[in-house]
Amino acid sequence: MIQMLSETAIAMIVLLGALFVLAAAVGLNRLPDLYSRMHAASKAGTVGSALMLLAVGLHAGDLGTLARALAGFFFFLLTAPVSAHLLAMAARKSGYPLAKQSVLDEMKNRPESI
Amino acid sequence: MILSAAIWVAMLVLCLAFLLTVWRVVKGPTLPDRVVALDMLVGIVIGFIALIAIRTGFTLYIDIAISLGLVGFLATVAFARFILASPAPEGEPPALLRPAIVTMAPPQARRKPGRKEKPDETVSNRRRKSR
Repeated sequence: MIQMLSETAIAMIVLLGALFVLAAAVGLNRLPDLYSRMHAASKAGTVGSALMLLAVGLHAGDLGTLARALAGFFFFLLTAPVSAHLLAMAARKSGYPLAKQSVLDEMKNRPESI
Repeated sequence: MILSAAIWVAMLVLCLAFLLTVWRVVKGPTLPDRVVALDMLVGIVIGFIALIAIRTGFTLYIDIAISLGLVGFLATVAFARFILASPAPEGEPPALLRPAIVTMAPPQARRKPGRKEKPDETVSNRRRKSR
């Protein structure tokens, strides 16, 4: 009974992670410009793969494995914003334009920060 | 049994996501688009590795996933430095970097007939000077 419950929970986590990754991939294709695509990929995609890694740690039922899986989980959650922010800053500094329908560009009025 | 079915479904979903992301890599109009899609591809492959780890029971795959994530992070950082070093391609000049004097000056002020022709200061020249 307990084992079946835990298997169901792990299956739910795996499916949730896969759906997050699918949402990120759809957003990567549907959103209009680089910066909004980055928003889809770096948030939803990271959470998807991190959830699947967490499912591995829960499935093993071993404290060491769970600790490694949690380390990977937090590693992904910490590095994804850093790389996305760095890439966005580099693209903005070297002059890739925003989409036509974007409503606010706060860095436009502050050229010293670019 | 629930778990193996869920893993199959998740693998199919991940395959679909992988194909969509590859399509963005192929199509992506600019270099940073492709870099974002490659970063996303690394995430999807980590998901595949996690699913295979659950299926086979080898927990050593977690270490492979962590090191793959490290490699993906470093690759993205390196690509960001590369993008920072190279300006965006010409064609549609970004509104931010376009010099104000070119866009604001009336056209006859620049093309006065009796004026001696100075060496034309193009957009890229000014941009290089302003750096």
